[in-house]
Amino acid sequence: MTQFYGYTRPDGSIGVRNHLLVIAPIDCSYEPAKKIASQVEGAVAITQYHGCGNDAVVAHNLIGTGLNPNAAAVLVLGLGCETLTADIVAEGIRPSGKPVERLVIQEEGGTIKTQEKAVRILQRWAQEFAELRREPFPVSKFTLAVECGGSDATSGLAANPAVGVACDKLIDDGGTVIFSEPQEMIGTQHILARRAVSKEAADDVYKMIDRDEARLKAIGVDSRWMSAGNIDGGLTTIEEKSLGAIRKGGTRPIQGVLWNDWDKFDRPTRSGLWLQDGTGWDVPSVTHMVAAGAQVVCFTTGQGSTTGHAVAPIIKITGNPVTYTQMEDNMDINAGTILDGFESLNGVGDRIYKAIIETANGKKTKAEALGFADYIVFCRSRAAEHMLGHC
Amino acid sequence: MVKKAIQIDSKDNVATATGEVEAGRQVEVIGPDGRVILRPKVSEPIPFGHKLAIKPIKVGEHIIKYGEVIGVATRPIEAGTWVNTNNVGSARMPTKGKEEGIL
Repeated sequence: MTQFYGYTRPDGSIGVRNHLLVIAPIDCSYEPAKKIASQVEGAVAITQYHGCGNDAVVAHNLIGTGLNPNAAAVLVLGLGCETLTADIVAEGIRPSGKPVERLVIQEEGGTIKTQEKAVRILQRWAQEFAELRREPFPVSKFTLAVECGGSDATSGLAANPAVGVACDKLIDDGGTVIFSEPQEMIGTQHILARRAVSKEAADDVYKMIDRDEARLKAIGVDSRWMSAGNIDGGLTTIEEKSLGAIRKGGTRPIQGVLWNDWDKFDRPTRSGLWLQDGTGWDVPSVTHMVAAGAQVVCFTTGQGSTTGHAVAPIIKITGNPVTYTQMEDNMDINAGTILDGFESLNGVGDRIYKAIIETANGKKTKAEALGFADYIVFCRSRAAEHMLGHC
Repeated sequence: MVKKAIQIDSKDNVATATGEVEAGRQVEVIGPDGRVILRPKVSEPIPFGHKLAIKPIKVGEHIIKYGEVIGVATRPIEAGTWVNTNNVGSARMPTKGKEEGIL
C-alpha cells in the first residue's frame, strides 16, 4: 500500500508542509502582511485582489486555504473597516482546531505596533512547528490537484496522458484527485457524464460545462469552434482537443462536481476523481483546488511555466523536451522522453506518481526552492451570472 | 532515427506522430506500455502532432483516441494514412472545415 509522510492536524487532515499562513482578507492590509511574513521562516502572505466587498466566493477560498492541512497555523491580518473582516475569515478556519489568530491594524494603532505582535506570534509558531514530526499515512488521506497551462502540441500527447496514468494509480491506491478548467471540457460533456458514478453527478457535469458554454456564447464566442491553429497543430475535432486536456485527470469514474460559487463551496467527500467548477486561468484554478483541500499539484505545460502556490507544492511536468532543456530551472519532470520512444507513457506515469509521493514526503519542487508563492482567487461577475440564470 | 508515433490508449485506432514523417517512410507506432505495435509505411507526409490510422477505418466508423470517440470517418482510411479534417468529422456536431466554424 502506498504511503506518504505528513503532519497530523487537529481535525484529522494531513499536511505535507508546515506553512504559517498570513491572510490579508482585504488588499489594504496585504503590504503589511507581506512585510510581516518576510520576517519569519515558513511564513507566507496571501490576499484576494477583489477590493472591499464581502464576496462569498472570495471568503470561501480564503477560508478554504486556511483549512488546507498544509497551513499549520493561520494569522488573519485585517485593516479594520473592510466588509470581509478578519473575524469572518478567522472564525471560518477555527473549526479545524489549528492555531488561528486575528490582528486588526486599526485596533492595534498602526502597522508598526501590529507588526511587532504579528512577528512574535509567527516566531512562536515557527519554533513550535519545527518540532512536529512526519508520520506515515495511507494515500486515502491524500488529495492531488491537476492543472495545465501554456499548453502546446506535446501536452495532449505526452504530459497530460502521463499525469493521467499517475492519477489512475493514485486513485487505485485509495487517493483523491481534483481537476478543473471546465472551459477545456467543452465537447466532452457526454464522455465525462458517462464516467459519473451517479445520475446526480452526471447532471452536475452537464450543468457545469453547459454554463461555461453559455458564458462564452453570451460574449459572442462559439466555444465549439476549432481554430485554424488547432487544426494545423493536428487536432481534428473539439472532442479531441478537450480529451487532450481532460486526460490529465486520468480515466477513473467521476465522483461528482465540486461547486465553487456563492452558495456552495464543496470539498471531496470520498476518495476518487472529482471535477471542480473552477476557471481556465492557471493560478486561480490551482488556488481553488488547493482551497478544496489538495495537498500537492501536478501542473503540465508545453511552453513552460514558473508557477508555485502559497501553500501547496506544484510539480511542473512538460511533454516538450526542448522546453525541458531550455527551462530546466523551472521544470520538475521531462515527459518528452515519450516522444522519442525512450520511455513509455506508463513508465513516465510511474515516475510522476513517485515524484508526487516524494514531494508529499517533503522534497521541495523547483518553484518552492525558488520561493514562488502564487495565489489568486477568481470571481465571476455575480450580475452576469444572475442574468444568465446561473444564480 | 526511426520516426515514431504514439498510441495513447490501447483502444485507439489512431496514433500521433512525434515528428514530421516524410512520404514513403516507415513509422514505429508505440503503445502506452512502450512496445512497438505496428510499423506502417506512410503514403503521404504527416506533420508533427498529427494523427495516422493504425487500422483500416471504414466510412461511418469511429475514430478512437484517448480511448474515446473523437470523430467519425467521412472517407475510407487505410492504415498509415493521415487522419485530419478531410477524412474525419465530429461525431457530435457538423464540422464545416477550417476557418468556417461549427453550427
